Amino acid sequence: MPVSEMQVAMSAPVVEVRDLKKHFPIRKGLLRRTVGNVFAVDGVSFSIQPGETLGLVGESGCGKTTVGRTVLRLVEPTGGSIMVRGEDITHLGKKALRPYRREMQIVFQDPFSSLNPRMRAGTIVGEPLKIHGIADGAERERMVARLFDRVGLRAQQMKNFPHEFSGGQRQRISIARALALNPKLIVADEPVSALDVSIQAQVINLMMDLQREEGLAYLFISHNLAVVEHISHRIAVMYLGRIVEYADKVTLFTRPQHPYTEALLSAVPVPDPALKRNKHMVEGDVPSPVRPPPGCHFHTRCPYAIDRCRVESPPLKDVGDGQLVACHLR
Amino acid sequence: MSPMTAQIAEKVEAAPRRRSIGEVVLTVDDLQTVFYTRAGMVRAVDRVSFALKAGETLAIVGESGCGKSITALSLLRLIPDPPGRIVGGKVVLEGTDLLSLSEPAMRKVRGNRVSMIFQEPMTSLNPVLTVGRQISQALMMHQGMSKAAAMERAVEMLRLVKVPEPAQRVKEYPHQLSGGMRQRVMIAMALSCNPRVLIADEPTTALDVTIQAQILDLILELQNQLGTAVILITHDLGVVAETAQRVIVMYAGRKVEEATVEELFARPLHPYTRGLMASIPRLGLMRNQTVETGRLQEIPGMVPPLFDLPAGCAYAPRCALADDRCRAEYPPFEEKRDAHWAACWHAGE
Repeated sequence: MPVSEMQVAMSAPVVEVRDLKKHFPIRKGLLRRTVGNVFAVDGVSFSIQPGETLGLVGESGCGKTTVGRTVLRLVEPTGGSIMVRGEDITHLGKKALRPYRREMQIVFQDPFSSLNPRMRAGTIVGEPLKIHGIADGAERERMVARLFDRVGLRAQQMKNFPHEFSGGQRQRISIARALALNPKLIVADEPVSALDVSIQAQVINLMMDLQREEGLAYLFISHNLAVVEHISHRIAVMYLGRIVEYADKVTLFTRPQHPYTEALLSAVPVPDPALKRNKHMVEGDVPSPVRPPPGCHFHTRCPYAIDRCRVESPPLKDVGDGQLVACHLR
Repeated sequence: MSPMTAQIAEKVEAAPRRRSIGEVVLTVDDLQTVFYTRAGMVRAVDRVSFALKAGETLAIVGESGCGKSITALSLLRLIPDPPGRIVGGKVVLEGTDLLSLSEPAMRKVRGNRVSMIFQEPMTSLNPVLTVGRQISQALMMHQGMSKAAAMERAVEMLRLVKVPEPAQRVKEYPHQLSGGMRQRVMIAMALSCNPRVLIADEPTTALDVTIQAQILDLILELQNQLGTAVILITHDLGVVAETAQRVIVMYAGRKVEEATVEELFARPLHPYTRGLMASIPRLGLMRNQTVETGRLQEIPGMVPPLFDLPAGCAYAPRCALADDRCRAEYPPFEEKRDAHWAACWHAGE
């Protein structure tokens, strides 16, 4: 490969998503007729560079988990495209998809239900190697032992079953399994939310160490803004299926521009009693994604909403320094 | 200044909170709750003592398995027996020892003078009864109200907890409400008999942050209005910092530190408390501090299982300061500074 081409390949995004949509049909009655749609993801675009962490934040039901799964094509998108290494993988068949699957792995939130309780830890971590025909027998054993070592588990623990591990250790097993195929991207869906505070730090540190050593990219999905602030380079804020703000970490946390981001940041309890509660709070609940409000989805809770917000959906536009905001008032 | 930083500045200025804190309403003395498991007897709550004053919020923090929820359940005598049992101590509510009451007498306390809200509002509400019926039940039982009067009061309570259209909502079932609304219903139910003590066990953990902020505010506002004492059980130090006046830190069934919230956050003395505080990402950017991209401080290892606690201090195996004495002898819970207690041989080192 000529040098120039290699450089292009190196700096190309690990994954690029354009106008991604996922609508889940709601079926009712004997004929299972579609009576409506859940607009889980409704036109989301972003890209992730090698070695970068994109934090995807939002409240429950905003579609962040569906985005993560659609990127891996664990959920089939309704529209839009997913590009990996410049190749469109949106419509690839199962077999053609395989080499791309190797590059993108996932770590789930719940370390209790995401590991098969009847399989030994070593078998779980070695399974991707088996499925992709990478290594067998003693060779596979050796590779699994190395993976255990890299995530801070002992090789002797390979023969143990998941229930013999603590929550934090189980999450390490999940990470080892995700690492087995040397992926470029790991989609981490709330990887520390089920863990105790003192264990969270261990797993976050491990993920950041692995990123430094391997140049891994993460799509880090979380509702915990403090964790996202710590681990991410760039952050996308989602509300009801859409990205409402997209910026680098420092910009987002110091100069949030979207009223929802502002509300979200001000709602986080800060562990410092010198800063007492004096929040500007948003009223009400997140509306249902089955019937999202017209115009800007946030207008029902937005203190600044004007008439235009109720009818016209604001596009995501650059307000300077690459900070993208979807708000008519910016 | 962006609106965000302006707000933070406002927050800083609004610092000390004014609230009238009254007399002691509840004292817990040497409470011991054990569970008989296959692995042997487990001391889930091991000699926990504290006092609670009218109108104040006392936070009990700790990680899963530290005994904070079992402490709360013990106060109301809701420990399933078997396998659990309260084996010692006193829980005195305005002169009455709750642990010595008969079960019918205890039933008159629960939901009346002491009530509780739980983490998961979906599983703690009855799915087949309307919310109005559930709120009015306590009123009919404890206050002897007629059905109609209780229902009227239920509507009032829902209005108090800011549920929109309360007259319609009383006729609805829990599944028709959002998570935040359900938690409001739980609060309405808990406060309907104007209890002296409200125990809130992780009341916002299952909720989204914007809803969490609403609910915490609501609890504080109602507490101010009604003068209820609140025991807030949580694992979230942010919630503690924003809502409590005093804090108890628990580890492996024991109290390891207690202080006012300002004192605890400014000068944590126990290595466990210090470790916890250092291990959480701090949202520094939001407070105009520099970005920290380095490693978070870890607490090595994990909480030991209660059936296999080490001989001395339970935190010793994870503690950087631990020495032979820590491993052999459990440190006494002592006042190390003015109104600041800790159980550690090396407190503050």
